[in-house]
Amino acid sequence: MTPLIKHFTLAPPGGGNLPAFSGGSHIIVVMRGAGRVHRNPYSLLSAPRELERYEIGVRRMEESRGGSHFMHDTVRVGTRLEIAHPVNLFGLDKIARKHVLIAGGIGITPCLAHLEDLHAGTVPYELHYSVRSPEHAAFLERLQRLAGDLLRLYYDSEGQALDAGTLLTTQPLGTHVYVCGPAGMIKHVIATAKSAGWPDSHIHWEQFSAPPAGDAFEAFLARSKLRVHVPPDRSLLESIEAAGVEVPYLCRGGVCGFCRTRVLELDGELIHNDHFLSDADKARGQSIMPCVSRARCTSLVLDL
Amino acid sequence: MNAVFKAHETFRDDFTFRNSPQAIRRFPLPFPDDTYMYSVNIEPHLPGLPGSVTQFAFDVDEHYVAECRERAIVLAAEPLRFQALPHMMSAQWDCLELIMESLARDYPAHFSLKRQGNRWHWINRPLEIEQRFVFGDAATLPRQPLDYITRQAQGDFVVMDQREGDLWTEAGMVTTQADWSLDFDMGMTFKEWHGPVPLAHELQVFDRALKFLLNLRLGKPVRRLNWTMTIHPRLDTSPENYPAWGKDRASVTAQNAGDLVHLRVELQGLWRLPRSNAIVFGIRCYLLSMRELVTVPKWARRVHRVLKNLHPALVDYKGLARYRDVVVEWLAPFDDGTPTTPGTAPE
Repeated sequence: MTPLIKHFTLAPPGGGNLPAFSGGSHIIVVMRGAGRVHRNPYSLLSAPRELERYEIGVRRMEESRGGSHFMHDTVRVGTRLEIAHPVNLFGLDKIARKHVLIAGGIGITPCLAHLEDLHAGTVPYELHYSVRSPEHAAFLERLQRLAGDLLRLYYDSEGQALDAGTLLTTQPLGTHVYVCGPAGMIKHVIATAKSAGWPDSHIHWEQFSAPPAGDAFEAFLARSKLRVHVPPDRSLLESIEAAGVEVPYLCRGGVCGFCRTRVLELDGELIHNDHFLSDADKARGQSIMPCVSRARCTSLVLDL
Repeated sequence: MNAVFKAHETFRDDFTFRNSPQAIRRFPLPFPDDTYMYSVNIEPHLPGLPGSVTQFAFDVDEHYVAECRERAIVLAAEPLRFQALPHMMSAQWDCLELIMESLARDYPAHFSLKRQGNRWHWINRPLEIEQRFVFGDAATLPRQPLDYITRQAQGDFVVMDQREGDLWTEAGMVTTQADWSLDFDMGMTFKEWHGPVPLAHELQVFDRALKFLLNLRLGKPVRRLNWTMTIHPRLDTSPENYPAWGKDRASVTAQNAGDLVHLRVELQGLWRLPRSNAIVFGIRCYLLSMRELVTVPKWARRVHRVLKNLHPALVDYKGLARYRDVVVEWLAPFDDGTPTTPGTAPE
């Protein structure tokens, strides 16, 4: 697709339909590599009404923990992958008067599915898509077909930049903004919207964090009476799963809050990398999101 | 189940509704213990034992035809018992698909659904309905999709949109309710809707339930039981019709309690809907008279104890204050004090 993004089509082995879904949904793809299982969230970019297949776009991460490299290097046509039912944490607001979609790079994927829904509807929208350079503009043809004049493109290489300030101060009341892309872009859009007086309920964003690497540490699971070693390149959640203990999860990217786990004892500090817990919760140190967060500690006891 | 439908029984006027012995044995008793207090008693809606009310996604029983007729009677008089805001159309189609697919799969003798792309062909044999339509095109159905399909289903349905970290009651079909009104609650958030429930807010039941439901997953429906009591086998105990049924509560005596007073149990199911990301909340009502209840000795002992020791705020909220003591008195001879076995099975 581009030097960094690969486009995958997933279909059920026996034919037939996959479950219906709504624009903005993601799936967890389970990749069984050599000696290691990856479970990464990917937004569905295909049309929600076309259910013979799902489509996802995977960006090769420079500091991949293996998942995106597995998708890029190991997966071939015909490879069997296991996926979970779609989950939507980034849906369009159904009573919005207008939608403003802002995407950076691979963040365009959920917007593609949104466009399929918007295309058929009557609610006005516009799409702002920012990429490094023309060769990185993934899915451009499809975007132009779906959005036409409502698509604005910004190439960093040509010094073009989205002016969020102007964009967000010239929208009609009742507009909702959706941003998906690099952390800096999301932060900037949220801050700009807030300072322009947008209510929180009208600002939507999604950013799946890959679990960052860090120092190795140990955790003790109090109910299972198990000691778990967390190596630098593996998340706490993955380490717990490798020890045979199941933790409920939805997004594995620090967004949904589903895997929130109680911290019973801690000698050291928690390194919170999620977007779910409030700053106060993080400071209190009584919960951790094991999908992306880690610890620097001599002892950590979890209620698992 | 391949029940013989009791097509002519009534839920008003002469109240000819009765449960067969088989229907009594599969009644979903909501009391696992001899005492009752609220809890977030939510469990996965997985298939229960063959013949039980949870064997299938939607239970179709011997009262199916009569309940659909009762719904039509209510709607003829009060069309606002069905409502849907305009942005809920995709959720309406989701509901139609869920109900049609489930019924056709689980009761092939009674229902059939054939799909060719968007061209669907639906047959409902008990109600003698055959309909060809285009999925997604409301003009090809005689009514709006949710209205159309829930007239062919037992139980009430409320559809909640999910946005702003909350659930909003924005569509529904409600004709068999325990004293609450869709018309009144339309547009409310989850906690506004449950505002009148006593004690539960202090127990943070709704905080936890809302958080749980916001993360409800596609393909992973859940269920819970709720209960109250109703005089006569009357499905439509709505606030709108309070003048018609409120006074019944003063008519209970030690002589007639066994026939007049019914345990009213709601099997509540919750499904995430795929295209709309909304949630449908199904509220299926089961009625059992005290005389039918005591044919199961364990249940007679247990319900006697539950009612006797029920928290005063719940007695009040569930509207039992006028007759609770009389029912306890009526049940007392059936409780010899021997312990009840664990669980709700009829022994």
